[in-house]
Amino acid sequence: MSVHELEKLFQDKIDQEIKIEPRDWMPEAYRKTNLRQISQHAHSEIVGMLPEGNWIGRAPSLKRKAILLAKVQDEGGHGLYLYSAAETLGFSRDQMIEDLHSGKAKYSSIFNYPSLTWADMGAIGWLVDGAAILNQVMLCRTSYGPYARAMVRICKEESFHQRQGFEILLVLSRGTEAQKAMCQDAINRWWWPSLMMFGPKDSESTNSDQSMKWKIKRKSNDELRQQFVDMIAEQVKVLGMTLPDPDLVWNESRKHYDFGEINWEEFWNVVKGNGPCNKQRLEARRKAHDNGAWVREAASAYAAKKAARRKTVAA
Amino acid sequence: MSAHTSNQALIDYTLHLADSSLIMAQRSSEWCGHGPVLEQDIAITNISLDLLGQARHFYQYAAGLINQSADHTLKPATEDSLAYLRDERAFKNLLLTELPKGDWAQTILKHFFFSVYQSLLYTRLQTVPDKDLAAIAAKSLKEVAYHVKWSSEWVIRLGDGTAESHQRMLTAIEELWPYTGEMFRAADYETGMVDPSTLHAGWLKEVQDVFAEATLPMSSESVYMHVGGKTGLHTENLGYMLAELQYLQRAYPGAEW
Amino acid sequence: MQIQVKKFYYGDIPDSGSGSAPSAKQVNPSEEWPLWEVFIRSKQGLDHKHAGSLHAADAEMAIENARDVYTRRQEGISIWVVESKYIHASKPEESGMLYDPAEDKIYRHPTFYDLPDAVKHM
Repeated sequence: MSVHELEKLFQDKIDQEIKIEPRDWMPEAYRKTNLRQISQHAHSEIVGMLPEGNWIGRAPSLKRKAILLAKVQDEGGHGLYLYSAAETLGFSRDQMIEDLHSGKAKYSSIFNYPSLTWADMGAIGWLVDGAAILNQVMLCRTSYGPYARAMVRICKEESFHQRQGFEILLVLSRGTEAQKAMCQDAINRWWWPSLMMFGPKDSESTNSDQSMKWKIKRKSNDELRQQFVDMIAEQVKVLGMTLPDPDLVWNESRKHYDFGEINWEEFWNVVKGNGPCNKQRLEARRKAHDNGAWVREAASAYAAKKAARRKTVAA
Repeated sequence: MSAHTSNQALIDYTLHLADSSLIMAQRSSEWCGHGPVLEQDIAITNISLDLLGQARHFYQYAAGLINQSADHTLKPATEDSLAYLRDERAFKNLLLTELPKGDWAQTILKHFFFSVYQSLLYTRLQTVPDKDLAAIAAKSLKEVAYHVKWSSEWVIRLGDGTAESHQRMLTAIEELWPYTGEMFRAADYETGMVDPSTLHAGWLKEVQDVFAEATLPMSSESVYMHVGGKTGLHTENLGYMLAELQYLQRAYPGAEW
Repeated sequence: MQIQVKKFYYGDIPDSGSGSAPSAKQVNPSEEWPLWEVFIRSKQGLDHKHAGSLHAADAEMAIENARDVYTRRQEGISIWVVESKYIHASKPEESGMLYDPAEDKIYRHPTFYDLPDAVKHM
């Protein structure tokens, strides 16, 4: 079969909503796109443990500490599911981690912002996880089987993440003046970066939109962003707080909220490494990995010794 | 012994158990997001969550006892008031639990020493006349059994792994061993509960068995042992831990979170 | 066919224009803990079902890791692990000859047989 025919068969499968599995034929670009997207998604989960991990030691009650620990741990688990999905494309986890640490691979820029107060734990859960969930629900139907299955598991587990975040803010919004101020401040700082999580405007994309055609991605950036704004603009009312956008207004003819322009210069700067915490985040990951090298080696060495001993006994 | 003092002894004993679990959890949760490999990052956080859960059960029980007392300085007590609003000198955790997290070898060894001790203690605590303490012990015992298995296997892996891991385990033993004696020396409030000195032989035996498989030497019996944690005389580490742990409750008195 | 996917998506930042380092060092795959496939029985009476994979130095650790990674929400009561390299799989390109021939054996299914309504419980 010629490559052209294979490609046609491949696209037919996609069009019929048949999932692509690891050993199926796939265009090299499809493999690469998935690999890049899944590994970046995995890195985002792992680096995403850091801003929240920053508050585990200081969580203000034992219940909140338990919730936060479980949530950050879940993110580690999600990173693991995603690395596993990416590994089915023939790339080792160690190599992905190396690419993250060398700066070759990227992760979501949102995690390059600092978590400064306890209210940030609420804002991250509500806004950052809220934005992520919209993407992830869509990705449950992505065309690559292992990615879709990882996303189904992740979405199931994530359903408590956004709720606990909102609940943190709800309690603050009903608390003392200082707590209310803390709550509003966190919303102010996390609102715009959360909108940036959806990526540049559709109109600024110059490509043929191959990811949509391959059904890796099933909704455009702007569609998802609008969905997010519409959802949050309503929920913020329950908190009695505001979103830091003077242009945010309900548009009756569109049946959607209009909102202000995102600061794209900031966006690209953070992507390129100039965010407030880019260096610290990567440094923390590198340090954990490097300090763990002797541990991983020791476990391998012991496993090899044990296997050899078993052989001797058997012989 | 008057009813009042025995009740106070029970409160102190419960707080001692709670504090040790909480401080273990607070320390081991420092690994969350920084583990040597993703799977073990997740594993140790499960253990932190178990320990935190145990601490909460004990604090809740202690809070109930305090609130039933006629006049107690810690009234009205909740799990959070007991964890967040007591000072260093009031904490009764074992010194071992507050030592810095160190490298993976120190963390593993600390969990091993502590969970073997806990498993012996809780096994006995299950049978004390105090039904609530017995119930918490029984529930926690399953978790602790897993902690013992997990940490023993790691002690063996690191002891019998590479030259470097073996050396790091030797260093960890040297650092932590002097803090193990405290577990088996009774504080006044332990009278009438489980006598910890009766756990010592069993603990030594289990440690010895695992160390033998790990090709690690036992420390000498004559090593000087630090004590004080059970009665509120701590290392300098605890103050910093509590400063972090208690910061929000202290900075915003009376606020709900 | 040359396809350039340049569009920026969440979780998909293109290498170009993102300040990516040009190349990374190749790691030695043999240094990594082996990959294991995990199968979990969710409750007594059901089959073990593939749950995912993970890395572990040995089988014992693989079971414990599976417990910590895949059963945090009471998803299982029994775990199987097998090193991924020992899994043998049928080839997708042979799926035609392997599975299609079963398609026209409709007489293997109970609905193929038309019986009078009077016949109960069959």
